[in-house]
Amino acid sequence: MSNAQNDYFQLFALPEQFNIDTKLLEANFRKIQSASHPDRFVSAGATEKLASMQLATLSNEAYSTLKNAARRAKYLLEKHGIDAVADTNTALPMDFLMQQMEWRELLEDAKAAKDIPAMDKLLSQLRAEAKALESELSELFDDKKDYAAATEVTRKLIFIDKVCSDIQQAIEYLD
Amino acid sequence: MAYSDKVLDHYENPRNVGSLDKNDPQVGTGMVGAPACGDVMKLMIKVNDDGIIEDAKFKTYGCGSAIASSSLVTEWLKGRTIEEAYAIKNSEIAEELALPPVKIHCSVLAEDAIKAAVADIRAKQAAKESA
Repeated sequence: MSNAQNDYFQLFALPEQFNIDTKLLEANFRKIQSASHPDRFVSAGATEKLASMQLATLSNEAYSTLKNAARRAKYLLEKHGIDAVADTNTALPMDFLMQQMEWRELLEDAKAAKDIPAMDKLLSQLRAEAKALESELSELFDDKKDYAAATEVTRKLIFIDKVCSDIQQAIEYLD
Repeated sequence: MAYSDKVLDHYENPRNVGSLDKNDPQVGTGMVGAPACGDVMKLMIKVNDDGIIEDAKFKTYGCGSAIASSSLVTEWLKGRTIEEAYAIKNSEIAEELALPPVKIHCSVLAEDAIKAAVADIRAKQAAKESA
């Protein structure tokens, strides 16, 4: 498979930037999914079968990466040779880590009290935070091309994304 | 993934969970985070006038290995000097807990938390001396 086909943005005919047309992403993903569906390759040769399967797998991975803002930002940085989640870099702004701890503590208390409204409230607060970071990212990536600053914001977004999915999990568990 | 018995022991019975008074001039705080997994770790140490760590507490939100790594270091830190604490390597933590390669970053996090806590207490001591 050529590099062009492995590129997540090119795969869905999207410009390589943070701000993407999610409707177009969705539509082009569905197109690839139906074109590479195994049902269409029942009588095809082994090579064709394999190629369609590889395309289906790649498009799944590409879609889930581009759909999620944190993963999309991380992927864009990788394309610029930056590993936003390198193990060796554990230093984050102190106030951000404090905030993380507070959110984690709130979640822990809400879980212990089985307080779903409190979790919902925390979740919407975090989603608002994530939105703000996303608009920062769109400016840093697409207008300023400031990848160093974008790395810092991406790292924060990954943390928030993680807390959000933990809250969702806790809510689902209690529901 | 299979956790080692030592990880399970620290995970199920974490030692020294909690906080110390962050405004105490003898208390140093280290806060670190691992973006790869979203783990956050807070380590607090209380250092007496002889430079010996009298108490250590931690609070970690993360996987079993991250909790075990921080729990273990709080045990190791008590009674050591801050210089000795600073010299603790993540490889010692990983070895003690038999962490698999994918969990080595949890021990890195714990080492960095110690270094951050030591840096904080040194900054507090320096501020006191110059005051």
